[in-house]
Amino acid sequence: MEIRTETLPGPQDIARHELANGIVVLVRENLHVRSVVITGALDAGSIFETPDTQGVASFTASMLLRGTHTRNFDTIHEMLEGSGAKLAMSSGRHTVGFSGKSLREDLPMLLDLLADGLRNPAFPADYVEKLRGQLVTNYKFREEDTRYIAGRTFRELAYPAAHPYSQPIDGTLASIETITRDHMIEFHRRQYGPGGMFIVVVGAVDTAATIQMIAERFADWRNPDQQPQPELPEIPSMIEVRQQVVPMQDKSQSDVVLGVPSLSRYADDWIAANIANSILGVFGMYGRIGAEVREKRGLAYYAYSRIEGGIGPGPWRVIAGVNPVNVPQTVAAIRDEIRRIITEPVTAEELADNKANFIGRLPLRLESNEGVAGSIVAMERYQLGLDYLQRYAAMVNAITVEDVLAAAQRYLNPDVYALAVAGPDIPAE
Amino acid sequence: MAGQENVTRNEARSSSVSRHVFDNGLTVLLKEVHTAPVISWWMLYRVGSRNEHTGQTGISHWVEHMMFKGTDKFPAGVLDKAIDRIGGSWNAQTSFDYTAYYETMPASQIDLVLQAEADRMVNAHFNVDDVESERTVIISEREGSENDPIYWLFEETNAAAFRVHPYHHQIIGDMADLKSMTRDDLYRHYQTYYAPNNAIAVAVGDFETQTMLARIKELYEDIPSGPAIPPVTRAEPPQQGERFVKVERYGNTHHIHLLYRAPEATHPDWFKLKMIDSILSGASAPGSGGGGNKTSRLYKALVEKELASGVNSSLSITIDPHTFSLIATVRDGRTPEEVQAALDAEIDRLRQGEIVQAELDKAKKQAKALFAYGTETVTGQAYWLAFAENFASYEWYETYVEQLEAVTLDDVREVAQRYFIPSQRTVGWLIPIKGEN
Repeated sequence: MEIRTETLPGPQDIARHELANGIVVLVRENLHVRSVVITGALDAGSIFETPDTQGVASFTASMLLRGTHTRNFDTIHEMLEGSGAKLAMSSGRHTVGFSGKSLREDLPMLLDLLADGLRNPAFPADYVEKLRGQLVTNYKFREEDTRYIAGRTFRELAYPAAHPYSQPIDGTLASIETITRDHMIEFHRRQYGPGGMFIVVVGAVDTAATIQMIAERFADWRNPDQQPQPELPEIPSMIEVRQQVVPMQDKSQSDVVLGVPSLSRYADDWIAANIANSILGVFGMYGRIGAEVREKRGLAYYAYSRIEGGIGPGPWRVIAGVNPVNVPQTVAAIRDEIRRIITEPVTAEELADNKANFIGRLPLRLESNEGVAGSIVAMERYQLGLDYLQRYAAMVNAITVEDVLAAAQRYLNPDVYALAVAGPDIPAE
Repeated sequence: MAGQENVTRNEARSSSVSRHVFDNGLTVLLKEVHTAPVISWWMLYRVGSRNEHTGQTGISHWVEHMMFKGTDKFPAGVLDKAIDRIGGSWNAQTSFDYTAYYETMPASQIDLVLQAEADRMVNAHFNVDDVESERTVIISEREGSENDPIYWLFEETNAAAFRVHPYHHQIIGDMADLKSMTRDDLYRHYQTYYAPNNAIAVAVGDFETQTMLARIKELYEDIPSGPAIPPVTRAEPPQQGERFVKVERYGNTHHIHLLYRAPEATHPDWFKLKMIDSILSGASAPGSGGGGNKTSRLYKALVEKELASGVNSSLSITIDPHTFSLIATVRDGRTPEEVQAALDAEIDRLRQGEIVQAELDKAKKQAKALFAYGTETVTGQAYWLAFAENFASYEWYETYVEQLEAVTLDDVREVAQRYFIPSQRTVGWLIPIKGEN
């Protein structure tokens, strides 16, 4: 697959500017549209929580736009909704992310609210209680969701209990009920600051003016107490099968999650592993697993695999929804495909198809401002370089059949995995 | 030969839509957008769950699945791989009034899918083995939905709201029918509804209209017209009083689903009701979904007052009259009676004319911005052109903002009284029960 690399977003049209306090601003102009998107993150995710306040990062992030020292809830949301603008902030494991969209003329307003929410949240006591009730209700509703429960159970099995990846980001019912306003004020004081922060702006903007606007709102921000990203604990290699079935009442289908902790986005074999994953459970409507489980055997509406690589070693998982009587057959089919991908080299045709897909999908991914912004976020967060997209085709094309096999062998094993199943009681055979 | 030509301007993007109707009845809409090297190609058939009858519910959706099982020219799996190989994306969807297929491709690769849709319009395989294997996949799809307690609530309230009209059943179909339909039933449905006279083709993206039109003619003009499309005759009779359904499922949370009767999308009242939808739960616009809802009436009255953890409303966009719906999740520790009373109070406010101009102005401004966002991808635009052409004409989409702008305060007050009638609604409650364990 040939692609004209000079047309891809790169150093020639992405401006990268570092403010004096370390905040990185990245801007790419797109004058074809009337809107602008902003997105970014800072180091304030759930990894910075103490064990007794699990969920405080998420609770805190959700409070940022519910009142600041100068604007109340109604003012903030009248400003946004009155202009058809959107702004959201939410916590991940390592960072708090934000994203917004507005017409170009409303960018100053959007940046005002972003800065106000991140820097000056007031955590109004009444809104803490309003939100707490919503979080409790949502938590209890998620407890009825087989897919969510299977995913949560998988994490508990796959990661050591002390590892931050073993826990849900949104806390437990007990913690949501006991986190106080003071906990949030303290978490904000200790963790919100310019450290690890970047802002990406894509759309109908002028680069220099945008950098200036962001500098005016953020360049004087300092927080000497802000903690840097901690070292992640080691994950001992799994050597056995760990499985758990969570019986749930009044359900028709079982959700199955089978996988292992795998690689981070920084791994040298990131692209090779992702090609292996694509062949296993993505390409051509769910790859080999889809062909076997959905097309050939008609067992499932969905059966696919994913690598969730971020700052640390995320899971490599196969996910399927099947009738409870078909769970054993599905698990066996998934294990067979894992066995195959670590023992037999993929075919030259499979490799060529997937390389072509990885490169050929760039135009679609980069059609929207959101797509371009997402690529720039990855370049900045994982230090890939502004020319990453332009080097990408060459990197993909360099991958060999042996690279794919080695990557699959490094992470996957049909006899060593965590398996979580949530759904109706599986009838005895 | 094109039987009819029609060109309008879309001021926002300074590009135009052209409509062409071939002699075999195929409607083709083309719109050039040269901002990215991609093209979205849609083939929409005017058939959905609206065209189904008891015993064959879900047949349109099942036929949609069978369209991915291959033809002689493109055997099963070939297109999956071919489209992925060149970085395209494709999928399909079945709704009340239509079944639509789309491919969004790098512009230089569009010819493959122009060929593929022409081919499967007439040559799709309906092998018995594939039908059986897909039967269990679709049952699995339904079972996945059944895992969500709210699915059961929606299915029951919807069925109660429509006693006669085929909007009664869920698009995926009743389990009994999914177990009993045959290959011949499916093939007959395909032969009846998949024909150029029952289809709308849309391309939006980086192409030259005359070149694209010539290629589409080459591929589609000789496909013969199909039989006359059976009319949908089962109109919903007048409702004789409020209907109430209770769904009891294991779980933790109560939900309320209210359905008021609403007109078809081409009715002059539709945009007036859309304004009420925005006032109640925030604006939305074709192609970009909703904006925020935290300043909306329902959020203030239910979420801010700590009665509900979430609330929403929506107005159906359909060929025949459908519904204006409200859905609320009862906050932990609150009762459905309290939430129902709060919803009723909000409806009463509307009926009593308590609406001010500022609310309309805000809704219009929001919709304008959201509409602009919706025009930023070719896939979204192509979908809305095809979708609107099915129930009205593509101009419905192109003039969306203008039609909303024209709504006055008096209009809104008037439709509030005309449609939010207690005796004409269906009320559904999802009651969580605790199981044996």
